[in-house]
Amino acid sequence: MSEHITEIVIFTLLFLVVSGMGFVAARWRRPTDLASLNEWGLGGRNFGSWITWFLIGGDLYTAYTFVAVPALLFGAGAAGFFAVPYTVITYPIVFLIMIRLWSVSHVHSLVTPADFVRLRFGSPTLALLVAITGIVATMPYIALQLVGIEAVLQTMGVAGSGFLSDLPLIIAFVILAAYTYQSGLRAPALIAFVKDILIYLVILVAIIYIPARLGGWSAIFGDAAAKFQATPAPGDGVLLNQNNQLQYVTLALGSALALFLYPHSVTGVLASRNRDVIKRNMSALPAYSLLLALIALLGFMAISAGIKPIGTNVNTVVPQLFDQMFPDWFAGVAFAAVGIGALVPAAIMSIAAANLFTRNIYREYINKNATDAQEAGVSKVTSLVVKVGAVLFILLIDPQFSIDLQLIGGVIILQTLPSVAIGLFTRWFHRGGLIAGWIAGMGSGMLMLYNIANPAINHAHFGGSAFALEKLGLDTKMTIYAGFLALIVNLVVAVLGTVVARAMKAPDGPDGTQPDQYSADEGDPRIKDLDLSGST
Amino acid sequence: MPDDKRDRSPWYWLLLVPIAIPLMPFLFNADEPRLFGFPLFYWLQIAFIALGVGTTTLVYQMTKRRRRP
Repeated sequence: MSEHITEIVIFTLLFLVVSGMGFVAARWRRPTDLASLNEWGLGGRNFGSWITWFLIGGDLYTAYTFVAVPALLFGAGAAGFFAVPYTVITYPIVFLIMIRLWSVSHVHSLVTPADFVRLRFGSPTLALLVAITGIVATMPYIALQLVGIEAVLQTMGVAGSGFLSDLPLIIAFVILAAYTYQSGLRAPALIAFVKDILIYLVILVAIIYIPARLGGWSAIFGDAAAKFQATPAPGDGVLLNQNNQLQYVTLALGSALALFLYPHSVTGVLASRNRDVIKRNMSALPAYSLLLALIALLGFMAISAGIKPIGTNVNTVVPQLFDQMFPDWFAGVAFAAVGIGALVPAAIMSIAAANLFTRNIYREYINKNATDAQEAGVSKVTSLVVKVGAVLFILLIDPQFSIDLQLIGGVIILQTLPSVAIGLFTRWFHRGGLIAGWIAGMGSGMLMLYNIANPAINHAHFGGSAFALEKLGLDTKMTIYAGFLALIVNLVVAVLGTVVARAMKAPDGPDGTQPDQYSADEGDPRIKDLDLSGST
Repeated sequence: MPDDKRDRSPWYWLLLVPIAIPLMPFLFNADEPRLFGFPLFYWLQIAFIALGVGTTTLVYQMTKRRRRP
């Protein structure tokens, strides 16, 4: 531990500065009253381009991304690079879809995607399914942020074994929980500035300094190719092979579609001031994709530098690389960047999950006449519960399990696409068909994931997201992303279900929206909450 | 409602290009030609980021709200 003392001091200092900012954030862009979901949960719905850029960027590119994506390249090579096309195609998709959600949400003061489904399809059951899917998919995502911090703590030698070793992690999360409780979405929005500046700094230094020490990019790719050639595994390599191309493409597309169905990304988008802010951000956010591509290549640098993961935790390769390559003080800065990088998304995710609970379970089933202040109060407490759950998750259960759950999370959140994303364009689907589709998609998705083994981590089930098509009786070695196949099942069943429901003249729910509300913008008389924000 | 036409602009179709191109592995799944030591697989996919930025920026400019005086 003593040889890491400089790193620990710098890490702690930066961490404390950022925590202070989290508490001060309650006063930033101060509203007259923080006691409503519009204020606590969506920061006043009034963030401009810059804040939105940092907020969504801080939200989507998490600490886990920074350690896991390079770890994936470290382990499997080219297949891990899917994160790059995924974050390229996601923005045009969002550009088309999310501006419509923004408009209709602002006209009707909606806070969550389940709110929209409730209004659009007049079905509390469907809304409940969407809300529960969102909460279940988000929980392991929060836990994964802790995996990111843990990898850093392990490298600094402060998280080994025994009870006391978990103390730093618990302290970090208590601080996080406290300022999220107090400041709501304003806290991560403010901290995101620091986080991103640190991350950009670290990565720029890393991609110039480390390759120079390792003999240039050609040498790095050469070492990586040599490593994959030497392993018996058939799926790895610096290029894709015949069998994993379909998986690569469907995983990129499926992840891109799933990304903005996650409640925390919806929170980030709804907090922006107008449609132009979102559009402008969709052209500016890919700057993070460039960063992500470079971060991914840290995995190859780690191969070239001969890094070995601590124990079986392959997520430690990037922190280890920093530790070995950088002077102590800069390694401390790098570790702080990862640690703070975990706080921003963890805060936003817990707020989003709390909003879902408040709006779609508490208000729908427990207290139908909840006031704004009651809603905000319930959300604040729920955000605490969610975070305690995430900490327990990490402390009591094998971290590998939360990675598996995260995998499942991506597959299940995708099953809300027909009601949320397609629902923004057409009301053709019948609520019964959508519910049937959701059940079919969930069922088939889980069944496929259950049947994916991963011998490398000794798992007979839930070992990855690549489903072998030969299990369906097809004569091929190709694999496909399980979530994508499940989504197709979902859509087919939803279409059939709708046709059947219509034929049987089953009663459909009322549509609470008007076609023109999907293009309303700031300054439009139909948009109420903007003029009233802070006074409601 | 003149406002609604905004979401029907033909410019939006252009966004299909940066969605479709990165999903075609035959375009980039090769080692040669290299750029600065990067195999094609890596540098071309990084270049697709620029394609995405360019297209979304263009569509944003062509569809953005005309500010009324």
